[in-house]
Amino acid sequence: MRYAGRWRTRLALGVPAGLALLLLVVPLAALLVRADWARIPADLATPTVLPALRLSLTTTSCTAALCLLLGTPLAWFLARSDHPATSWLRALLTVPLVLPPVVGGVALLMAWGRKGLLGQHLAPFGVQIPFTTVAVVLAETFVAMPYYVLAVEGAMRGLDARLESVARTLGAGELRYLRTVGIPLVLPGIASGLALAWARALGEFGATITFAGNFQGRTQTLPLLVYVELERDPQVAISISIMLLAVSVLVLGVLRGRWLR
Amino acid sequence: MSLDARVRLSRGAIDVDVSLRAEPGQVIGVLGPNGGGKTTTVLALAGILRVAEGHVRVDGQAWDDGRRALPPEQRTVGLMLADSLLFPHLTALENVAYGPRSRGVDRHRARDRAREELGRVDLLERASSRPRQLSSGQQARVALARALATDPSLLLLDEPLAALDPDTRARTRSDLATRLTAYGGITVLVTHDPLDALTLADHLVFVEDGHVTQSGTPAEVLSEPRSPYVATVVGLNLYAGEGDSRGHVTTGEGGVVVTTSPTEGRVWATIPPSAVSLHLHQPEGSPRNTWRLRVASVTVQGQSARVGLVGALPVTAEVTLESVTALGLQVGQQVWAAVKATEVRTYPR
Repeated sequence: MRYAGRWRTRLALGVPAGLALLLLVVPLAALLVRADWARIPADLATPTVLPALRLSLTTTSCTAALCLLLGTPLAWFLARSDHPATSWLRALLTVPLVLPPVVGGVALLMAWGRKGLLGQHLAPFGVQIPFTTVAVVLAETFVAMPYYVLAVEGAMRGLDARLESVARTLGAGELRYLRTVGIPLVLPGIASGLALAWARALGEFGATITFAGNFQGRTQTLPLLVYVELERDPQVAISISIMLLAVSVLVLGVLRGRWLR
Repeated sequence: MSLDARVRLSRGAIDVDVSLRAEPGQVIGVLGPNGGGKTTTVLALAGILRVAEGHVRVDGQAWDDGRRALPPEQRTVGLMLADSLLFPHLTALENVAYGPRSRGVDRHRARDRAREELGRVDLLERASSRPRQLSSGQQARVALARALATDPSLLLLDEPLAALDPDTRARTRSDLATRLTAYGGITVLVTHDPLDALTLADHLVFVEDGHVTQSGTPAEVLSEPRSPYVATVVGLNLYAGEGDSRGHVTTGEGGVVVTTSPTEGRVWATIPPSAVSLHLHQPEGSPRNTWRLRVASVTVQGQSARVGLVGALPVTAEVTLESVTALGLQVGQQVWAAVKATEVRTYPR
């Protein structure tokens, strides 16, 4: 639609809009401009990078698996419940989404720490969670699971409930319906939920450093390494950042191309 | 081998209390206005809803006795809804085989059975198509094949043709009729389309506001409607009134209808719309019913028009398009309506 005399509006809205765009784009562009592309392969071969990369991959994979195995049933209960408590539960789930990650880390310490709510019962068995790789997974799961559950719940709510009615009259019990119809039809939701959760887990910093510390090979994931390298050799930090940026863009591209409309 | 059900339950704003009985091979047509309890009844028969009171017995087996209810998967029931609701990720064949597979038939035999059922609805050549590759009529036929592939003793069809366009509906209706004649179980067909009910069902049950207002064979219902809704469905003017021995029926609103076949006491009186003639001046001669009424609506159907009239009593007249133009009928106009006393039927209320 083209209206006459639109220049003044264009200007009034265009200036702040352009500024907003700059605020978002300039840092990313700066990262790309400042990167020493020839050095990236060598930087990524630095002895500290490989353990961090391996740790990041294993912990995020564990987090994704936890989301899949535990989050899917939770999403299913949320999706089919009409109980008033459900909306409260859903609100509770969104808390980790908006909570400062450091606070999440403190909360995790209060739960799993040696004198924590759960940790005090584990300590007598010699089980100590904080500052271990398990703690990294717990921290990542804490921040990533809500993304997964909400994405999958949305997909499950989108299912026509009458499909289940029909399947039941055909002789399928609840579990068979889920296995043969319900889950296959929400696979796109599960995939996008997994991608979102995985990307969120990969970038996790605050809760991890608070709850799991920063020990090379054990709890030092890629984001933590970036933080350390920034002090020591900024160029290495930039190179790792470029890699993480590439992964993020890849996830986004996969999501948009395949699953998000 | 029979259906004996009394479904009592509250759902949303209405209290449903509907009794249904049927013998194998029968097609029960359930008609009624939307939100009247038809679908609720069907869902209770399927086991998706439980009856609060009453019972659902099929072949002497208690599916639901108000205390304990069999889940849908343990009932021998087939369900088909307005949207065909095929499983979108499965082929037509897999959709039809889903029931037998769920009931423990091995893969090979289930597929054979599915092919057989698809053949019966003339869709064998589309066996490997996904639902979205099928037309709406084909989808409906696959849904019917799927519902019948488990040999249900009770087949529930809830508005099976409602989502189809008129052409497809006519063809699918005749496919449905053909398939149902070969089916030995009991069919409950919910519809709001009189044509579906009259062409497919051999017994009609009208459910209004949660209760059965009339049931009977199509012929009985056509000739003696017993509620305003039923009268609308079968296309008759219906009046509740008090009849006397001289053939005068006084309606609740004070209108008087004269008939040559008197029934005394509380009666229903019917007038076929085609028996109503319209005149600009008071007609003289044989008609013994004449009323001065106001035109409230005119709707055209093909070469005839239905004229809604209000006044001492509401009357719907069916006249030719020619007479509409000849009379210059307009909404709001006063006209005389005349009906011969021989056209008025009365029967006890």
